[in-house]
Order: sequence, then structure tokens, then C-alpha cells
Amino acid sequence: MEAPLMHLALVGTPNSGKTALFNALTGSRQKVANYPGVTVERKEGGFVTPRGRQVSVVDLPGTYSLRGRSPDEEITRDVVLGRTAGEAVPDLVLCVADSTNLRLTIRLVLELKRTGRPLMLVLNMFDIATRRGVTVDVERLSEALGIPVVTSIAVRKGGTAELLRRTDEIAAQSAPLQENRWQPLSVAELRATQREADRIIAATVSLPAKPDTWTARVDAVVLHPVAGLAILAAILFVMFQAVFAWAQPLMELLSAAFAALGQLVHNTLPAGLLQSFLQNGVISGVGSVIVFLPQIIIIFLFILLLEDFGYMARAAFLMDRIMGGAGLHGRAFIPLLSSFACAIPGIMATRVIDNRRDRLTTILIAPLMTCSARIPVYTLIISAFIPAEQIWGWADLRGLVMFGLYAVGIASALGVSFLIKFFMLRDYAPAPFMLELPDYKTPRLKSIAIGVYTRAKMFLQRAGTTIFSMMVLIWFLASFPPPPAGAEGPAINYSLAAMIGKTIEPLLAPLGFNWQIAVALIPGMAAREVAVAALGTVYAIEGGKEAAEQIGQVLATKWSLATALSLLAWYIFAPQCASTLAVIRRETGSSKWMAVTFGYMLALAYVASLATYHIALAFGAG
Amino acid sequence: MASSDQTDARPQMPLGLAKRGYSGVIQHLAAVNADSALPAIELESRLIELGFVEGARVEVLHEGIVGRDPIAVRIENVTIAVRRREAMAVIVA
Repeated sequence: MEAPLMHLALVGTPNSGKTALFNALTGSRQKVANYPGVTVERKEGGFVTPRGRQVSVVDLPGTYSLRGRSPDEEITRDVVLGRTAGEAVPDLVLCVADSTNLRLTIRLVLELKRTGRPLMLVLNMFDIATRRGVTVDVERLSEALGIPVVTSIAVRKGGTAELLRRTDEIAAQSAPLQENRWQPLSVAELRATQREADRIIAATVSLPAKPDTWTARVDAVVLHPVAGLAILAAILFVMFQAVFAWAQPLMELLSAAFAALGQLVHNTLPAGLLQSFLQNGVISGVGSVIVFLPQIIIIFLFILLLEDFGYMARAAFLMDRIMGGAGLHGRAFIPLLSSFACAIPGIMATRVIDNRRDRLTTILIAPLMTCSARIPVYTLIISAFIPAEQIWGWADLRGLVMFGLYAVGIASALGVSFLIKFFMLRDYAPAPFMLELPDYKTPRLKSIAIGVYTRAKMFLQRAGTTIFSMMVLIWFLASFPPPPAGAEGPAINYSLAAMIGKTIEPLLAPLGFNWQIAVALIPGMAAREVAVAALGTVYAIEGGKEAAEQIGQVLATKWSLATALSLLAWYIFAPQCASTLAVIRRETGSSKWMAVTFGYMLALAYVASLATYHIALAFGAG
Repeated sequence: MASSDQTDARPQMPLGLAKRGYSGVIQHLAAVNADSALPAIELESRLIELGFVEGARVEVLHEGIVGRDPIAVRIENVTIAVRRREAMAVIVA
């Protein structure tokens, strides 16, 4: 390696096809992390030029200017200017443009030129532009801008050949470094650069007489106030179905496989600590991470398809005012909906929200959406305590209680969002809804496949390690110390978990919780539905096919109705999901927001249970 | 649409009041008029960055469901979604 590593930075407006170009250049050789201290995703990859030069590329957050009006855009500005500590100063800045729509990018190029960095304009999606009758005089454009301009078709094989060739040429010359003349542009300068951009475009680009009628015609239906909402509902229905129905068999298969593996270890090894650690700590820990993969893959497949197609911005347009009433961004809709399946992919999906304040709000309330892991707990308690009665002649009482639990979750999410907007994140700049609705494009499967793969890998590497260590910790709490010889009852009753459970019991007693519930809540940290199995263990019920039913029967004799209702109320908020907390920590890049989420959910759970218990007692349900 | 050629003769109005199908030319920006959460300079900067400059032709393509808000505006060959509140800063005729 004689030549040093060359550093490229990709800059462009949102929707410029920057990510598709990044995927085309680097393939699956990508590393996704966060910039230190901020919730901004850092995407880096590498490739080798035709002449054998090693190149490292960073895909910087999309922006319309270098003003840095959000943490994402500040990253773009600072990396381009070489101001970010620990970040290489780019040897070449590639400004990526959607060739069908150069207006906003050319203005950005004029601003980027002031930084003095070596700069090249990449006219991406050149094939689509040509098909639509847009012609660009590339040579004159290059002359007018005073920088090299290349065309590219990121999604086609060999579509980046010219870009690579020019990169090699630029790498070979050692152009004298120009000084940075960039300063934040005043309104007058912004206007002047846009006018200059319009002048350059008028001289070098000819637009077709007829604009893209395809997008206009699709939008006439998709953005129609009635038809548009119906289409959105249909898309969401399919997506929701996919997450619930398609992922479920895979998830069950994975759970079964890990259970079988655990059983194999159980049968092979002699009973003891090692056996228990491997079966209940390691294997079930790894299993509890892997089991989320089908949902994550399916949700990201949908999200990336819709994003690539250009639909996500439309969904935000349709939902903006409806969500806006609760202080949420239109784009929060899909992450929140995903959270009904599981908060983990939902929280990961908040990456579609650019603004930090909106994203944080969405992350904080996502766990309040009733996730599928709560369903086993709900069904267990409801079937044990709520009679299967018809009320008002048509409604099933149990179904009604279930619906009520979902409704309370949603209502409290909206309420919390409202409070956050007014009290917590006041110092973050609000983002008014101003958003480009890109022309529709056919999604490119390869780029989507790379995107899904990157997300899945990131989940396994980053969230997975945290989830796994929490699982091992929970196993430790439930297994140590081992029961004394000749002890009666289940082993968990002698463990640290039991000690903690008995210690916190006085705190939970006002909610009507006994120490058995307190103990079950600890393994329930692993995943909410584990609490069901844990209750079975604590009440010393043998597992097996009808275990859940038996647990229900036992509980019906041991708990009062008030206690059961109180536990249901607790589970609406149920802060105890280690995986969700781990993902929040990873996605926000700080333990602070994890602690905030845990704290506020715990407080809500406590208050809700306390109120439920005492109201139920007052109605004689003790 | 029968878009008139006498845009100069038409009265000026904020884009925030335009109905679907309206087509006109941007006369100037008046960010102080908009009741936006953003300071006037910031709002004006963002509007310019999205291509709202004097002389650009705009057309209101779509309206949202609640209160016909937000609106989707075709500006030259880009479509921008914006709330009516912020669009009040764009004076068209």
C-alpha cells in the first residue's frame, strides 16, 4: 500500500440517491455507528478504484445547505470543513444530485465550493433523467461550476465507472489546497446563490416540455384526502399483517430451535450450574436476541421499499396534521405502528425521522404501544379473571377489556408526547413540516437488500450484545444463590431474584402485588411474556402444554380481582423490558434517555396500578 | 388548468391562502407575516433552500385532510410539502 487511504465524503440533498450511490460504491462493506455523543448515524464503507487506490467513503446526512440547522446537518458541515475530531478531512467531496431535479443541488454545490475542498458533482439517476427527456450539457455545467461533473447510474452495474475513473484522476493530481472561504450564508447570499443556480441551470439543462405526469397521476390518488387515507390504511394493514403473521411462524421456529438446543444441552450435561448457565443463560439469551430478527427484517423491508419508492414522504404528508395535534411528526406514524408488534424494530425505524427532537419523542413513547409480548400476559389474566360475558348484547367483555388496554396505551402515548413537547425538549429547535415529495421511482432490490442486511447486522452486533448481557444477568439473579440442600419448593424462591422481590414487596404491596408477583417481574425483565412462565415457576406449576391454563386457574384462586386488574394496568406501561431499554440506549447514544424512559414508565405503571387497585377495592373487588 | 398570463395584474396573496389548483409566481418572501415556530430569518432561509425564490412559478397540487393542510406545492420541477402556516410567508401573484 504505497498510496495512503483516500477519504471521500458523500454530500447531497435528501432524496438525491446518495445512499443508493453509497451502496453501489461499497456493496455490503459498510460500518454503521453513531457519531460520538449524538444520535446521528455514521455510515462508512470502502472500495478500491480501478487503479488500485484504497478509498474510504462516508455517507453524510442529507442537507440542503451547510447552515447546520440540526445535529445531522452540523455533522455534514463539520466533516466537510474538517472540524470533526477523529474524522479524516475528506480528500474529495462528492456532491450527489438527482439528475431529474438539479435546482436545489446546484445551489448546494455553489455553497460547497466556498469551503475550498476538492469537489465533484455526481449527476446520479442519469438514466431516469434521460428517459424523462431532461438533457444536461455536462461539459458546460462543469465549466459554469468550475468543478468536475460526472454522470452516474448508481443502481446499474458499471454505472459508476466514470465516477471511479475521475476519482483516480483526481487522486493522481495534487491540487493545491484552497482556503476555506465558507461562512454561514446570510439570507441575501442564500437568495443570490439560488438565483445563480437557476441561471446556470437555464444555460445548461433543458427540461422536457411535459413534466413527469406519472408522479402527478399517482399523487392525484395517493394524496387524495379520502382515497389517500384508504391506501395508507391498506398498506399499513398489509405491513402489520406481515409483521404479525409472517414473522410469527419464523419466530416460533427460532424459539423452538433454541429451546431444543437448550434441551439438548440439558440432556447432555450433568445437572448443575454449567448446565443451567448454558441452557438458561447463554442459549436462551442468544435465542432471545435472534428471535427478533424476522420482525426487524420484515419491517425494514417495508420501510426501505416505501422510502425508495417515494411513499414515505407522502405518508408523512397525509398524517402530518393528524399526528401534529399530539406534537408528533408525520413520519413518526410508521415507527409507532411497528411498535405494536414490538418496540424494538419500531424504535430502530425512527431513523426515518430527521429531526432529533421529533425522533427522541417518538423513541420515548414507542414502548407505550401495546407490543405483542404483552398479549400472553393480558390473555392469561383476562381469561382467569374476566368472565366471558356478552354485554350490550353484542360485545364480548374479554375483548372489550383487551381493547381498553390497547386504547389506554395509545392515549397515554399521546399524552406523554404532548407533555414532552411542552416540558422536556423545549430547547431543541422545532422542525416545521417542510419536506420534499420526491418523484416516484422504482425501488431497486439490490440497494434494499443491502439496507436490510446492514440493519439486521447492526441489530445483532449492537443491540444484541447488550440484550445478551442483560439476559445473562437476569439468569444470574434467578439462579444465585442455589437453594440449600433438601430445600422445598422451586429454586427461584431462594435466589437473589426472590430476595429482591421480597425486598421490594412492601413497595408493591399498595398495588395489591404479593411477593410472588414481585419475584416474577424480575425474570419478566428479559421479555414481558417470560413473566407468565415465571409466575408458573414461582407457584411451582409443572410446565407442559396446559401450563398457561393451569397458571390461570391457580391465579384465580390466589389473587383478588383487584390484584389482577392492578397487574393489567401495570403491564400497560410495564417498563421492564430489557431489550427495549438496550435498544433505546443504542439508538439515542446515551444511557440518559434509557433511564428517562424507564423512570417515566415505572412512575406511570405505579400510579396506574395504585389507582386501579384502590378503585377496584372501592367497588368491592378485593 | 387555465393559468392566466396576466399574473402581474393579479392581486398579491400569501401562498398559505391558495386553493388547490392555484398557479402563480413568487413575488417576495415575508417571513415575519407567518405565524411559524421558527424565527423569521430561519424560516426565510429554509424556504429559499427549498427553492422558494422570487420569480419561481408555483402551483398548489394537493391539500391535506384536516383543514386542507399541509399543501403540496410544485415549484419549478420539485414538489414541496409545507404547512399553510409557513406558506403564509410566500407572497404570490
